[in-house]
Amino acid sequence: MSILYTIVSLSLLGAVSALVLYFVAQKFKVFEDPRIDLVEAELPAANCGGCGYAGCRNLAETMVKAETLEGLYCPVGGNAVMARIAAVLGRDAVAREARIAVLRCNGTCEFRPRINQYDGVSSCVMVSALYGGETGCSYGCLGCGDCVAVCSFDALHMDPFTGLPVVDDMKCTACGSCVKTCPKNLFELRKRWKGEKKIYVACMNKDRGAIAGKNCKVACIGCSKCFKVCPHEAITINNYLAFIDSDKCKLCRKCVTECPTNSIIEFGFPIKKVISESSSLSTQLNQKEE
Amino acid sequence: MLKTFTRGGIHPPEEKLSAHTSIQSLPLPAIAIIPVAQHLGAPAKIEINKGDVVKTGQLIARGDGFVSANVHASVSGKVVKIEDVTDVSGYRKPAVIIEVSGDDWLESIIRNEYLDSEIKLTGEEILARITESGIVGLGGATFPSQVKMTIPRGKKVDCLVINGVECEPYLTADHRLMIEKGAEILVGIELLKRAMNVNVAHIGIENNKPDAIRLMHNLVMSHKGIEVHALKIKYPQGAEKQLIKAILNREVPSGGLPVDVGVVAFNVGTVFAIYEAIQKNKPLFERIVTVTGKSLRQPANYKVRIGTPVSLLIQCAGGLPDNTGKIICGGPMMGKTLINADVPIVKGSSGILIIPSGESNRKPVQPCVRCAKCVSVCPMGLEPYLLMPLSEQKIYDRLETEHVMDCMECGSCSYICPANRPLLDFIRLGKLQVGKIIRSRK
Repeated sequence: MSILYTIVSLSLLGAVSALVLYFVAQKFKVFEDPRIDLVEAELPAANCGGCGYAGCRNLAETMVKAETLEGLYCPVGGNAVMARIAAVLGRDAVAREARIAVLRCNGTCEFRPRINQYDGVSSCVMVSALYGGETGCSYGCLGCGDCVAVCSFDALHMDPFTGLPVVDDMKCTACGSCVKTCPKNLFELRKRWKGEKKIYVACMNKDRGAIAGKNCKVACIGCSKCFKVCPHEAITINNYLAFIDSDKCKLCRKCVTECPTNSIIEFGFPIKKVISESSSLSTQLNQKEE
Repeated sequence: MLKTFTRGGIHPPEEKLSAHTSIQSLPLPAIAIIPVAQHLGAPAKIEINKGDVVKTGQLIARGDGFVSANVHASVSGKVVKIEDVTDVSGYRKPAVIIEVSGDDWLESIIRNEYLDSEIKLTGEEILARITESGIVGLGGATFPSQVKMTIPRGKKVDCLVINGVECEPYLTADHRLMIEKGAEILVGIELLKRAMNVNVAHIGIENNKPDAIRLMHNLVMSHKGIEVHALKIKYPQGAEKQLIKAILNREVPSGGLPVDVGVVAFNVGTVFAIYEAIQKNKPLFERIVTVTGKSLRQPANYKVRIGTPVSLLIQCAGGLPDNTGKIICGGPMMGKTLINADVPIVKGSSGILIIPSGESNRKPVQPCVRCAKCVSVCPMGLEPYLLMPLSEQKIYDRLETEHVMDCMECGSCSYICPANRPLLDFIRLGKLQVGKIIRSRK
């Protein structure tokens, strides 16, 4: 008999709780667009913040709420993911050219000698808040690896021999975390060519040519030779520093051979020329400038 | 019972090696490098050209904007270059480079040591002359003096605080200045009282300078409204907020300035520069610099022209010792390591300190043991152990609510930390980022 009491009382208790829960759930129901989950499922779930939003969920919410997908782009997923998201939301897809991060500094230990020793906290942003860095060039890579720490895709590694970070082309998603982190603004997102071909000015030094050349053998000295030789008007010179616009550049490689300090570097091309004796050229130049 | 500030503070070894060496004039350098950004605020605009011949005391760069200061030639000679030179900040900044020939002063400057205590100018004229002479705070902060003296509307100043504390270990420049130019400093204070329309001034001197305290005590007998206070030896008593608390027991509110409690503070070096600017018509182009260090042969105090390379000072003090680890500009607590000895002396350089290589190295960092020593020594009542991880993890909103901007970077927390944690490094970084956020809001 007593087992019956137990069954009845527990069933009653269960029924009452279910009723309460049902009404409470109805009362506090939050409507959430089911498409947010669908869009989020399409996103790479890297939560890198490369889109400018706080993680993939936040971007998905913004995409569903927004009228168009203009200005909303997941650099990690790229065009393929954006096309799938556009299909889910029934909107026009936004396509962008694939990009890749490059380090605009080639001041290795060999080219850019250390003139003092920093013994504080190993962090680039800390060093740059204190002073110009261990070398004479206050624009170049500080080599503490803030960018390596911030990269969510394992695409950046410190090269122990050069003291510079190296971008892994296969892993880089152009999320832009390194661009935001580097206190010297050395990373740039450039157009991604087939076969990972790259041509860029690997220097950010805005000092006058003589000073830049003295502190680093491969510094851009602002001589404008590349500017004059470029047939596509892709090169601009500001503050003794050349810049190649990757959207205008056609990879003709004329500037690479013209550069007297080898500060314009190329990657992914078949070997055409023997790299000329960079050090002797720049020392000649130094003497001339002095 | 000696007066002092109530919260926090430390007492590092004093090491005042050069306290009894009188001020000597340093020989002129062969080339003077005069940066135009020697003060807080906008860099001055260069008003001369390459090839010009300048006289000592001539204006070479005019203050650009409200918070800025004029820069004058400290030597006579030919301007050979105007280019970017690495200065104390470790970055390249524009500077005027003068090749020294002779020592040809402007005729308007009175070149004698005679004590001129007669005040002829009115308050406005004094203020104008201070602006013209490029006077900045010589304690190290290099804040333009005329800006400090311009009281915001609605605020009232009832007394001046004169800082003769020199709480940084090793440094003795202010100490020697008080002993040798005490009477001039008092005339300077009278000038400031006139210019700011204030009747009371308090001079604070730490008790490790009994000779200076005695001398100033005797000198103020003949001045009305000036009082000398002997203070307990405690770092950072030379910070203006701590000094005001120590002497007047007034607390500057968080985020506020001394003027909020009716006080304006000046360093004795600044007061002496003001005396020279008004009574001798001499712009600020030289200052007293202590060259010191345990390994140095002759620690000394020098009267140095702005723009003299640090190497010349070290040479005169017995040459650079072989085992030098760091050359620090300023004191050991708040000074900055120089990247080489070619850096010029600027208006804010109070000392050059040589640290041997064994002492200069940082010790290995260990985990925080929550001993809260940093909390007990922080003179601003902050919690450094908390601020450091907040800054490390980029939690800037919380940093702001924890009053990180009140930190004055005295370094007491890093000094006392038994685990050698780089507390101040991270707090300074946090201040930088929070400062950016606050400015972007405006």
